[in-house]
Amino acid sequence: MIIERRKIFYIISLILILPGLASLFVNGLNLGIDFRGGSIVHVRIATDVAATEVREALAPVGQEKSEVQKSADNTYYIRTSELDQEQTRAIINALKTRFGEVELLSAESVGATIGRELSLNALMALGLGLALMLVYISFRFEWTFGVAAVLALLHNVLVVLGVFSIFQWEVNSPFIASILTVVGFTINDTIVVFDRVRENLRGIKKPDYLNILNKSILQVVNRSINTVLTAVITLTALLLLGGATIKFFVAAMLIGFVAGAYSSICIASPLWYEIKKSD
Amino acid sequence: MNRTMSIVISAVIVAALLLAAVFLQKPLVNNLDLGLDLRGGLRVVLQAEEKPGEPITEDTIQKAVGILRDRVDSLGVRETSLYPQGKDRVVIEIAGEEDPEAAVDILKNVAQLEFQDEKGNVLVSGKNLIDAQARINQNSQEAYVELKFDKEGAEAFAKATSANVGKPLVIVLDGEVISAPRVNQAITDGNAIIEGDFEAKEAQDLAVLLRSGALPVSFTVLEKRSIGPSLGADSLEKSLKAGIIGILAVFIFMLGYYRLPGLIADISILLYGLLVLGSMVLLNAVLTLPGIAAFVLSIGMAVDANIIIYERIKEEIRWGKTLQAAIDAGFKRAFWTIFDSNLTTLVAAVVLMYFGTGTVKGFAVTLSIGLVINMFTALTFTRYLLVLASNLTKNIRLYGV
Repeated sequence: MIIERRKIFYIISLILILPGLASLFVNGLNLGIDFRGGSIVHVRIATDVAATEVREALAPVGQEKSEVQKSADNTYYIRTSELDQEQTRAIINALKTRFGEVELLSAESVGATIGRELSLNALMALGLGLALMLVYISFRFEWTFGVAAVLALLHNVLVVLGVFSIFQWEVNSPFIASILTVVGFTINDTIVVFDRVRENLRGIKKPDYLNILNKSILQVVNRSINTVLTAVITLTALLLLGGATIKFFVAAMLIGFVAGAYSSICIASPLWYEIKKSD
Repeated sequence: MNRTMSIVISAVIVAALLLAAVFLQKPLVNNLDLGLDLRGGLRVVLQAEEKPGEPITEDTIQKAVGILRDRVDSLGVRETSLYPQGKDRVVIEIAGEEDPEAAVDILKNVAQLEFQDEKGNVLVSGKNLIDAQARINQNSQEAYVELKFDKEGAEAFAKATSANVGKPLVIVLDGEVISAPRVNQAITDGNAIIEGDFEAKEAQDLAVLLRSGALPVSFTVLEKRSIGPSLGADSLEKSLKAGIIGILAVFIFMLGYYRLPGLIADISILLYGLLVLGSMVLLNAVLTLPGIAAFVLSIGMAVDANIIIYERIKEEIRWGKTLQAAIDAGFKRAFWTIFDSNLTTLVAAVVLMYFGTGTVKGFAVTLSIGLVINMFTALTFTRYLLVLASNLTKNIRLYGV
């Protein structure tokens, strides 16, 4: 059953996490301007041109070093160091001179200091949130459940971070919301499993943790699968049919939710067993 | 409760909800405050630059906010929000601005106007202005700005012009020379004009800047995001559609898998969605992209609450309880499961709401609203519907057992 095979799950999780972790150390995350500072100008050019041509067109205004990425519907993302108003305007004018009709869709500039603050603030809020969840779980359940739940949660966050690092998908501030969603979903998922364990432990003097865990998991596994299935349905619809701007935002949640459903059963419960066994 | 009564009540609830969903959906969505990331607009964060010997106080920032508000209002846009952030920052958000880029200039300029003599002595400054208007010279078609000084300013200006007859008077804005007209005669009526090589729009912007007065400190742009209206609308519409399709698919799944309770779940989730949207409108909460993530999560948890309840009831039936007893027992147990799982998430959400900013806050507000409403609908409304349904039919096959 589940707990007896925990070593297999640990190995699966390591296979899931280690490449991502290595990539995080070597390549890090592809941080967008929200965290790193800089500017992105998003334009639509009436005629279909190659990204390199756009770069060439920017040479007269000294932005030939900018990174140009072609996207759907003849739109282009131009990434540069932080621009002021005049420089933004110069870019648009240079493009208009070269290509004719150019529509400015969005222009974003973020100073480097604000990016640092954003990450720090988010991390602090998240840390405090985790700490209080631990307190709540310890109060309602037992501290061992809290520790196992938070470990499983870190597992899921690492899976998401790892995937984003390996594929070098760009990470901006909505990514924080994705991670928070993964945290919320995972904790909910894990608590439901632990709630059943708590119920099955009630009134038993010398519990056989292994059997109780297996029994509890079997009792809630239907619910776990169906819940993640419904979430995956909604997220897949958003991923396939939603706007381009939310693609990675949804992808992060999707990966995290699936990892969450897996870890609430195959990681959180075995981890709790390890803690209890060594108690 | 007898059977006829149950039928009537169920029918009324279902009809009322369907009507509400059809007729309230549009007004609710239209009244929802959308964040700039969803509908386009301009967001600027300005950082006050401290100069040695001039510390930035709350008063300075308050003054700056007032002046900036005047300037934003002069742009003639409908919805703006302006507020200080921390000790030395001002956040300006303008929704749906057609040309967000142009608005940035008018906001960050200090607009310190000075009239100087040839040696660079400041003779009159912009703080003595009462009014500034852009005008067009009918003969030359050139734009200029007409100034009106207060009493003190008029006196200073009279003194300045009479002392400099035949010499240029240098007009300086934020350290940049705009023009340096020669003074022909002393001007004593407190009126002056600034000519320069202006376009009509530039003259208008300058007039706005001068009217609103100089900012007490200079600002740098810390963050600026301008999203064109087309991009905002496009991504919102697509995502909304996708969300609706996703939720419909979930409805079908629930119906197929859980049968009668699945139908009840669909009805409960419909009510849930309406209540969340309604609360957001009532609380004037702003829906942002992170808010949508929170909404997706909270719908997920609402579906989960239903699944927990039905799985539990199924278990109780399998253990040999009657339908009525199974529903009772199922709820008693599911109550604490849902309570604890939602409250654990709520604990984190509330922390994020208080300590988070921007993205994190937008997420946490929507999630907190969602969780509270979820506990309410799952534990009261769903239960009521299930009891009603059990009065209608005792066929346990309809419960997917």
